[in-house]
Amino acid sequence: MTEATTPTTSPITTGVALRLHQVRRAFDSLPVITSFSLNVDAGEFLAILGPSGCGKSTLLRLIAGLIQPDSGTVSLSPADTKFQTAYVFQDPHLLPWRTVLENAALPLELMGVDRAPRLAKAHAALADVGLTEAESRYPAQLSGGMRMRVSLARALVTEPRLLLLDEPFAALDEITRFRLDVSLRSLWLERGMTVIFVTHSITEAAFLADRAIVLTGKGGIVKLDRRLNLPRVRNNDLRVNPQLALETQALLTAMEEES
Amino acid sequence: MRTALRKAVPAAIPFLAITIAIESLVRAGWVKAWLVPPPSAIFQTIVRDAPELFRALAMTSFGALTGFALSAAFGIAIAVYLSSSRAIQQAFYPYAIFFQTVPIIAIAPLLVIWFGYGLRTVVASAFIVSIFPVIANTLSGILSTDRALRDLFSLYGASRSATLWKLSFPAALPQILTGLRIAGGLAVIGAIVGEFIGGQGLGAVVDVARTQQRTDKVFAAVLLASFLGLALFGLINLLSRVVLQRWHASEQN
Ligand SMILES: Nc1ncnc2c1ncn2[C@@H]1O[C@H](COP(=O)(O)OP(=O)(O)OP(=O)(O)O)[C@@H](O)[C@H]1O
Ligand SMILES: [Mg+2]
Repeated sequence: MTEATTPTTSPITTGVALRLHQVRRAFDSLPVITSFSLNVDAGEFLAILGPSGCGKSTLLRLIAGLIQPDSGTVSLSPADTKFQTAYVFQDPHLLPWRTVLENAALPLELMGVDRAPRLAKAHAALADVGLTEAESRYPAQLSGGMRMRVSLARALVTEPRLLLLDEPFAALDEITRFRLDVSLRSLWLERGMTVIFVTHSITEAAFLADRAIVLTGKGGIVKLDRRLNLPRVRNNDLRVNPQLALETQALLTAMEEES
Repeated sequence: MRTALRKAVPAAIPFLAITIAIESLVRAGWVKAWLVPPPSAIFQTIVRDAPELFRALAMTSFGALTGFALSAAFGIAIAVYLSSSRAIQQAFYPYAIFFQTVPIIAIAPLLVIWFGYGLRTVVASAFIVSIFPVIANTLSGILSTDRALRDLFSLYGASRSATLWKLSFPAALPQILTGLRIAGGLAVIGAIVGEFIGGQGLGAVVDVARTQQRTDKVFAAVLLASFLGLALFGLINLLSRVVLQRWHASEQN
């Protein structure tokens, strides 16, 4: 199946659309993002590439509302998206004193959901990432890949309509990363949320996303904005597909001009 | 139990070696017995004066433990309060540091004037010298909470108190326990100093024995005080292990 315009199953959520308009943000009077504009469609899978320090994490934090722009607007639609954004960091950042299940249930706990329903949802989210067996273990007893899966389950447990990931698999070995890429892509297909994925890996961006943007080193200006012409359902066979190589090549060229 | 024994044996070897060395030096006449009593004499004193010494030990233990418990409770509470805002920290933290620099020997007579002879002076002295490490460690533990996790908590609308009790405080536990471990030893020292002036327990035994030139009894009391410090340290270590067993790397071997 290639380039289907509709998902195979009906998704359980609808993604949010995102609009950044002339966003500016400085830290200690040093501008990091200058006049940044971007539109993302509902349900889109967008990858963001760019050199280290160009402001990718700052952009995600702005989108998540963790920091506010100095000027310009960040708007989501529909706008009533309280608790509808989830964030995955480069490292799993689990609470070491909680079991896997309690970690996955944390967002619901903070939102005030009762114990029984939140544990049921956490259980389901862990099943989605293939981790039901490890539920009662502690993070210290897991491998790096398993911990990242817990982190992913914790993000999915609220059924977010916008999932932000900041180099989530960068610290993992390649095989584990490939597996998680495939898991993430199929989770996205099932759920229909909007995904923004920041990565340093050009091949990972091409493998995962439907659209990739490359930022320049100064002020987070969009250097390249490209739709990726690849099948909708993706598994590891795609990694040796010449079509992926072509897309990777296009992104690489933009990145090389950049540095 | 086995592992406890295996750990105790290496520590006991230097103790035995030093004991034997001092005993031989004194018996050979190289060191005067009234300067450094031979360990055998100290042991005899402990046995002979057991009722008096152990009653004194019990009093000192009570004073030190009460002072320590107050330090732990107030120290943690104060640190939690200080962590709530930078302005509060700037206003009050200097006074916490001031507590640490108070020369306890110099103000002990003042404590007697305020609290009278007896337990209250001892507890106050133990409290004053042991609270600072609890405050400092708890505060730095709470303030060094992982930024990503704080972001996560705010993303899901966690209140300040939820963030404190579900994130910062448990994350600070290893550091809090380190503070308590230091405070335990200091509380014993503070209690003894209080007893020097306040007149009871092992501190008083040392003071009286000193005026009588009874170095054997001084050593006997000091030895018991050290064991009290060690016991308290061991107790806090045990507590650490129970609290942190599953997640703190330093407790995992
Ligand atoms: N809270 C902050 N305070 C001060 N400066 C900041 C802060 N956050 C980011 N910066 C600065 O903003 C710039 C961009 O940082 P950002 O983390 O967004 O880059 P990045 O593209 O994510 O880099 P990397 O690929 O290394 O993760 C850096 O120069 C950084 O020092
Ligand atoms: Mg970053």
